[in-house]
Amino acid sequence: MQLESLYQDIILDHYKHPHGRGLREATDPAARVGEAHHVNPTCGDEITVRVTTDGSVFTDISYDGMGCSISQASASVLHELLRGRAASDAAVVHEAFVELMSGRGQVTPDEDVLGDGVAFAGVARYPARVKCALLSWMAFKDAAARAGVGVSPEVKA
Amino acid sequence: MTSMAIPAGMPQYADVPRFDVAKVRADFPILDREVNGHPLVYLDSANTSHKPRQVLDVLAEHYALHNANVSRSVHTLGTEATEAYEGARAKIAAFVNAPSVDEVVFTKNSTEAINIVAYAFSNASLRADGDPRFRLGPGDEIVISEMEHHSNIVPWQLLAERTGATLRWFPVTDQGRLDESGLDDLVTERTKIVSLVHMSNILGTVNATSRITARVREVGALLLLDCSQSVPHLPMDVVGYDADFIVFTGHKMCGPTGIGVLWGRGELLAAMPPVMGGGSMIETVTMAGSTFAAPPARFEAGTPPIAEAVALGAAVDYLTAVGMPAIQWHEKELTAYALDALATVPGLRIFGPTVPVGRGGTISFALGDVHPHDVGQVLDALGVQVRVGHHCARPVCTRFRVPAMTRASFYLYTTTAEIDALVAGLEQVRKVFQ
Repeated sequence: MQLESLYQDIILDHYKHPHGRGLREATDPAARVGEAHHVNPTCGDEITVRVTTDGSVFTDISYDGMGCSISQASASVLHELLRGRAASDAAVVHEAFVELMSGRGQVTPDEDVLGDGVAFAGVARYPARVKCALLSWMAFKDAAARAGVGVSPEVKA
Repeated sequence: MTSMAIPAGMPQYADVPRFDVAKVRADFPILDREVNGHPLVYLDSANTSHKPRQVLDVLAEHYALHNANVSRSVHTLGTEATEAYEGARAKIAAFVNAPSVDEVVFTKNSTEAINIVAYAFSNASLRADGDPRFRLGPGDEIVISEMEHHSNIVPWQLLAERTGATLRWFPVTDQGRLDESGLDDLVTERTKIVSLVHMSNILGTVNATSRITARVREVGALLLLDCSQSVPHLPMDVVGYDADFIVFTGHKMCGPTGIGVLWGRGELLAAMPPVMGGGSMIETVTMAGSTFAAPPARFEAGTPPIAEAVALGAAVDYLTAVGMPAIQWHEKELTAYALDALATVPGLRIFGPTVPVGRGGTISFALGDVHPHDVGQVLDALGVQVRVGHHCARPVCTRFRVPAMTRASFYLYTTTAEIDALVAGLEQVRKVFQ
């Protein structure tokens, strides 16, 4: 069944056993914290992403939300991929994930960059679900900007 | 086995109005197609219905043979188009038992119809000579319910903002019924309009309106019924319901998109100031000012959706030929079947009435904690088309503490085999996510 390209085991694993879920306070009082809450108005999915940074590294990325398997698994993968990364590295991964999701299934993902994120390649073929996959990534971008760290290419340049 | 004989002279089981579902299905070309390698199982008619060949043919024929603008041409094509357009209005008036053809205003959809009424209120409130029934200000109240579609919430919120009036609402019970227990405190002398959904697009509840109507009359308010989900599915009689306005939309009743209806009592429409200005809605125009046409033209500025209106007339002919009482009964049987069948699915929770009484063929549910998006995606892979999300009725989801629901909705072409396909599909969903 073609469903398997959408619901890869990796995605179902992240959905059933999310990594780093739950909003956490910063342990270092000097850390900069940014938070963003995004909703998908068509289905009511919600996510809150909180980033903690020393200005160059994302020391923590925590999140909470409710929604479909794709949106929740995507947040788990985001946490896994970007926590502890330098902002410049995170920007590269972020850009690659957005490119993959915008590619209508025509983009071949690089596992070295995207890790478990490659499992979302199949989601890009379902236009109605791309927003689900991107929800936490867009919230992350806003949260990072609020913490004073840009992750979009134009900010990076 | 014992069988119970109904005494002669009483209504018999066989008296139930029926139609041939297979024959009806043959009229809908789309029902022959496949989706993802499976026969189409379309359970999303509350979202939009399919269109029979009889309607599609009229739509094409209008453009092919009678195309012209309406109400402004002396030529033959213009006359044919005008006759077809006004003929459709007459069919629709008869379909809802409107006392006068002039009480049927063509709109784009239900949303536009509700907005016309809402803006008539604010426009009347701005004019010194505005009819008092339509004048709103601080201290006045608008009453809706927690069960409304967004299209019957947001226009009233905006109206309240513009005028300083207060918006209040009926709550919904745990069973998904309208909570009328506070009726006398909710609908009072301060109330100017009660705008209520007739059949919920999400819970399937068909609201009993008579107590509310009686109270509305007692306090001298107006009553609007949002019949988007009821007019397609049950016989409507605006006189019988004693409403002041009803709204409905063509695409949910076998007609095209882009055409809807505002029905209003003649004397109320006549008392309403115009909302949109433009061609066709005027009596005379000078650079210093204009006077306005009588209803329904007053509310139909610009070139209307002519072919769509004509095709909606064809849809009404089609539904009338099948028989609205028979369609209502067919859906009642389907609903009873579906409620029983869904009850066999482990972990399934129905939102709204769980008995096929005072409800229509629209059933929303949750399957364990599987998100509706995921439910809908797996069902789609099996050809089963359901709606998932908040169904433009987010307050209902909030009321039942879920972000979204999965909804199956039926129409005259729906079969029990399709409900079986839904139930089988839900088993597949459970396999993927448990």
